[in-house]
Amino acid sequence: MSYLKGFLVTFRQIFQTRVTTPYPSKKREKPERLHGRHVLGRYEDGMEKCIGCELCSGVCPANCIYVRGADNPRDNPVSPGERYGFVYEINYLRCIHCDLCVEACPTGAITESKMFEFSFTNRNDAIYTKDELLVDSESGKPKQLPWEDWREGEDLLTSGWLRATSPNGDASYEGQIAWSGDLGYGIRKAEIGQSDSEPQEEGM
Amino acid sequence: MMIIASDPLLSSEIGLSVVAVMLLKVVLAFALLMVSVMLVIWFERKVVADMHNRVGPSLAGPWGILQTLADGIKLFFKEDLLPARADRVVFRLAPYLSLVPAFLSFAIVPIGGDFTNGGDGTVSIFGHRTLLQVADPPVGVLLFLALSSIAVYGVMLAGWSSGSKYPLLGSVRASAQMISYEAALGLAMATVFLSSGTLSTSGIVAGQATWNWNLVATGVIPFVIFVIAGTAELNRPPFDLVEAEQELVGGFHTEYSSIRFALFFLAEFMNMITMSAIAVTLFLGGPNGPILIKQISWVWPILWFFLKVLAFLFTFVWLRATLPRLRYDQLMDLGWKLLIPASLGWFLLIAALNIGEDRGWSTFLVVPIGLLVLSLAALLLNGAIKKARDSNINAADLSEISEGTE
Repeated sequence: MSYLKGFLVTFRQIFQTRVTTPYPSKKREKPERLHGRHVLGRYEDGMEKCIGCELCSGVCPANCIYVRGADNPRDNPVSPGERYGFVYEINYLRCIHCDLCVEACPTGAITESKMFEFSFTNRNDAIYTKDELLVDSESGKPKQLPWEDWREGEDLLTSGWLRATSPNGDASYEGQIAWSGDLGYGIRKAEIGQSDSEPQEEGM
Repeated sequence: MMIIASDPLLSSEIGLSVVAVMLLKVVLAFALLMVSVMLVIWFERKVVADMHNRVGPSLAGPWGILQTLADGIKLFFKEDLLPARADRVVFRLAPYLSLVPAFLSFAIVPIGGDFTNGGDGTVSIFGHRTLLQVADPPVGVLLFLALSSIAVYGVMLAGWSSGSKYPLLGSVRASAQMISYEAALGLAMATVFLSSGTLSTSGIVAGQATWNWNLVATGVIPFVIFVIAGTAELNRPPFDLVEAEQELVGGFHTEYSSIRFALFFLAEFMNMITMSAIAVTLFLGGPNGPILIKQISWVWPILWFFLKVLAFLFTFVWLRATLPRLRYDQLMDLGWKLLIPASLGWFLLIAALNIGEDRGWSTFLVVPIGLLVLSLAALLLNGAIKKARDSNINAADLSEISEGTE
């Protein structure tokens, strides 16, 4: 009669709860540090953080970032420094979302949002320009482009990121504020470093 | 109307109302079958999804109930491919050879009507008394057997005419499988004819209207054999070697696309419904069942019939969700060495009992003697099988040795 046990196994499944999420209509909550589409941040006064140093471009293993810096105009500076990112382009057909550009950036200008649901119908559309990557100059939130699928909460605090070692890249600075001010969000509290005793949430 | 009325064929015995009722029944049966195929495909996908802990179709219509319609429309607008090496005429003909028998065999199934208390199962439509089945030929269930044999041609010719090796292999498997299981199927059905004394489906249903449903004679061994052989006849899991995806891509319909593929699909599910309906008719008393509310007494037989069919459909889906596919030699072993001898033995036992009743032999003598003879035959068969297997193994050993020495 053990032969009939198999039938019970399949029959019992009918009454079990489903684990399926009906994806396009409902998204599961994303992990806190998911690597999605990049954004270029602004300071609280609306100035761009990018200084056109091309470090991100240099570190990029997929060669997908193209940056050209230019001198800031004296009467109307774009960034609080000598130079600013004149051209900033990311090719999303090449990008592997490794976040090395984010770690390389000396001003924390480039970060990644949690949104990865976007698509294109030709190769040129896959190249995001500086206009598309920059956060909105009023609210400081990422621009929600028509071909992207943003959901509630996915555009919040997109400038959050963490270095592999500590919030500052140096263990002795652990727990100290490492963020420059963000347009729309201001200066945020220091994040917990990896050596912190507080356990990370499981089941990411 | 005047032309029909003045027709010499219709003027004497067959009135216009008979023709009208007949036409109505044909159209109704056709529509019923089409709609139920649509719902059954959805039902199967939904239930098998439940058993896999999935969701299943859920987007087209409420609970995805229109999914089949969407699939049908999609298939209809797909390109209709004709392989270069196909036999064109046969390739086009084959789907219809599958579909038409599937349609026709449903015609003999009574789907309603009161057979209890000596009722003959007729109902009154527009003052005309008729059975709730399209046709009630005297040969009855033999028509079903004949049509299911024709359906083998549909599968066989589809595979052969595709001009491709996977369909050919699939169809060779299919015809071998369907022909071998038809024997067990037929023998299980023969037991039913023997105990009901008629081939007509309405007669068989009327014979089961008593309290015992012929439970001992047909309800256990022939019923189980019929369900197993019927599953094999339908090429459904665990006997779906015909279209075993892992081995044959898609089996006999690999080269078919567009609406021709849809026709095969339609035929497959229609056969599933028909097989369930035939099983209900032969073994479970068709539309018989308690009539609970007297005011709408005509509803209950139809309801009981559909509930019984639904139980069968659920079982077929359950089998699919649970059992892995058999190996081909296991399939043949089960068919030839177990099902055919078992059904034949039971058939002979029932036949002996019937003759004994006619001649006035004692039942207490017929049963033990019959069982003794049958167990002797089983022993002989077992011995023969064992001997054949041993000699096969020996032959294999010998050939291995001779290969090794060379």
